[in-house]
Amino acid sequence: MNVVSIKPEQLIESTARLIADGGRMQMAYAWYPEPGELELRYVASQANNPEFLVWRCRPKGPVPSLTATTPLLGWYEREISDLFGQQFVGQPEPYSLVLHPGAAPILPPLDPSYPASMPMPYVAKDGGIPDVESPDVQRLPFGPARADVVESAELIFFYVGERILYFHPQLFFKHRGMEKRFEGRSLTGAVVLAERVSGVGSFSHALAFCQAVEQAAGCAVPRRAQLLRTLLAELERLYNHLHYLGHLAHTTTLKVGEADGKLLEERAKQINARLTGSRFLRSLLVPGGLRRDLDPQLWFGEALEELRKDAATYTAMLESTNSHLDRLLTTGVLNEKVALDQGATGPIERASGLDRDLRRDHPYGAYAELPLAVPIETSGDAHARSQVRIAEIEASIALIERILLLLTDGPVYVECVGVPNSEGLGWAESPRGSLFYAVHFDAAGKIARVKIKSPSFSNWRVFPFTVHDSNMMDYAINEASFGLTVAGCDR
Amino acid sequence: MPLWTLFGLLNGNATTAWPHGGDDGQNGLLGMPRFAPERCAAGCEECAAVCPTAAIGVDRDRSGAERLSVDYGRCVVCQLCVEACPGDAAMPSHDWAFGTRDRSDLQLDGPRAERKTQAASRRDFRRSLHIRHIDAGSCNGCESELQALNNPFYNLHRFGIFFTPSPRFADLLLVTGPVTYAMRDPLLRAYEAMPEPRWVMAVGTCAVSGGMSGGSYACGNGLEGVLPVDIYLPGCPPNPAAIIEALLMFLDRAPQRVKGGRFVE
Ligand code: SF4
Ligand code: SF4
Repeated sequence: MNVVSIKPEQLIESTARLIADGGRMQMAYAWYPEPGELELRYVASQANNPEFLVWRCRPKGPVPSLTATTPLLGWYEREISDLFGQQFVGQPEPYSLVLHPGAAPILPPLDPSYPASMPMPYVAKDGGIPDVESPDVQRLPFGPARADVVESAELIFFYVGERILYFHPQLFFKHRGMEKRFEGRSLTGAVVLAERVSGVGSFSHALAFCQAVEQAAGCAVPRRAQLLRTLLAELERLYNHLHYLGHLAHTTTLKVGEADGKLLEERAKQINARLTGSRFLRSLLVPGGLRRDLDPQLWFGEALEELRKDAATYTAMLESTNSHLDRLLTTGVLNEKVALDQGATGPIERASGLDRDLRRDHPYGAYAELPLAVPIETSGDAHARSQVRIAEIEASIALIERILLLLTDGPVYVECVGVPNSEGLGWAESPRGSLFYAVHFDAAGKIARVKIKSPSFSNWRVFPFTVHDSNMMDYAINEASFGLTVAGCDR
Repeated sequence: MPLWTLFGLLNGNATTAWPHGGDDGQNGLLGMPRFAPERCAAGCEECAAVCPTAAIGVDRDRSGAERLSVDYGRCVVCQLCVEACPGDAAMPSHDWAFGTRDRSDLQLDGPRAERKTQAASRRDFRRSLHIRHIDAGSCNGCESELQALNNPFYNLHRFGIFFTPSPRFADLLLVTGPVTYAMRDPLLRAYEAMPEPRWVMAVGTCAVSGGMSGGSYACGNGLEGVLPVDIYLPGCPPNPAAIIEALLMFLDRAPQRVKGGRFVE
């Protein structure tokens, strides 16, 4: 991590240069290094360089918005405005994002002087949604409590007949203030918290957090722990992708395909529990390695091999079912340019021709020594998104089988404690894409600030671009093909 | 499509016979810790110090003697206490069926619960139950397990239990999450729209007490002070079998396993 100071007036020009040189913004956030001293942080990847570039910028008042030239920063700026009160001049969408209109905190809630457990006053009110004057255009709000068992979010459609003219997902009903809850926590308690930011990404979240702390403290995790962490990260991808395919088949009304995908997911979760004690791979990670050693015995390899065979048969069936494919092909096309500009990540960007994967481009855990296939598709439609995940299922199992051959005895933990006034950046290619944790420690070695950038925060920003000007009939399929979570985005 | 039918048939019946014999699917799963306070060393507060939700306390009674208090309604099953305990007073277990009718039954040696009296009126539903789920700010872990109820392994429908999209047809409001400021109103509206008699179930430690996320600028402490709760099911998340057990218990088709914070086999 290369941290560089930058003046507010240099932001626009430096960003233009970064992008011209093939770099890409990954996230922006704010924190208070000292009381009353706000600092902005911009984290970027650079072309052909595994090291991340970090700008720090101390604003003395409003700073220029970078959204016009770097659209993916739009949500980050709005989040910083909501939670820190910082203004961005020229922000094209100057509405609140993370806090709902009507939330009235006495201070910006991430200001350290905002008391940790003081609820915000709130009276619901409308805002930030376009008005429509034409009597032909219908407005359909759906949610926040939707049908079946799904996460809360309000979907607002403006449509004529079957045609969606404009789509606005009103998110952040589930905003829980998770980042603030890290402040002052013990490291072990903070891992438990990271595991609960996005349940189906528990392991990746805890991993990115631990890696950030390890970077800050400069501790080297033993090799056996690195290999086991990598194995577990791939197990997380496996059950998530199987769930994804089952759910996608549900939206194309392929009943047996749905049941079978969800049964494969269940088998994967049961393997997780038998190996680790947790269906969500929780309660294992700690800064410095693992809380306890794992023993993937013969049964594990056998169960995995069975799962591999059955998943291969299943995905081959999906890929040869015309009624299923018909609904996916050309649905919800995301072109490469929009994917890049708006910040798409993970299988979503890889289905739109962007060849990026943190595991390969910024290796962590044991990925540097493993042969990693990164499947890419270019058509950018729902089918491409499912093809990428299908290929990743196979690749994950191949990685796990390789790790089983490499595992040798050894310690799984080194001591790792918070170092005063240090900071670290941790990342993981979670099943849904890039996940970042930035962790800052105060003068006493306590956690002062944690910023979480989840993949769904990125992909929810992108998703509406594939919904505007599409059909109602395709909506559910398109949404399922993105595989979004709300909890990770809302935090 | 015929190919899929054949595929389905070849795969046979994947549904477990559990709870009538058969596999509950939770092999190896770590459940709530068990405590043997009589084995605590004097002055030791290691478990209470590591517990991230303050589920464990060390109180003093009138004679000044230390007494361990545990509230399973706050436990997120993180296992930190088990690892911190220098002796064997906190032990790992496979106890996960923690559904109770009374909040106090989740407290270790807590005050004796008064049996709620609604069992009789619930009998009408013994054959069939309709549930409306509201996510009031979960991490999605609880949803992942609720969605699993309909996979072929658990196949919830075989119990005559269904999820319904409309609160108007629901008998039971099933709530997950710590109740965020923005979900409080939608949650209350769903409850208001339900016909009486209606019941409420708190699924997951977040909904029972706030869990890891409760009590911040953006959320409360689960259903505490928001809605009256008829069934509590802590766990983080409770696994699908635990959810089924709790629903069957609510319908008087299964016994309550936990009394006074102790698991009865
Ligand atoms: S397992 Fe439960 S009681 Fe033990 S430390 Fe974790 S939350 Fe606390
Ligand atoms: S109880 Fe646990 S699993 Fe359920 S929503 Fe809360 S944090 Fe997530």
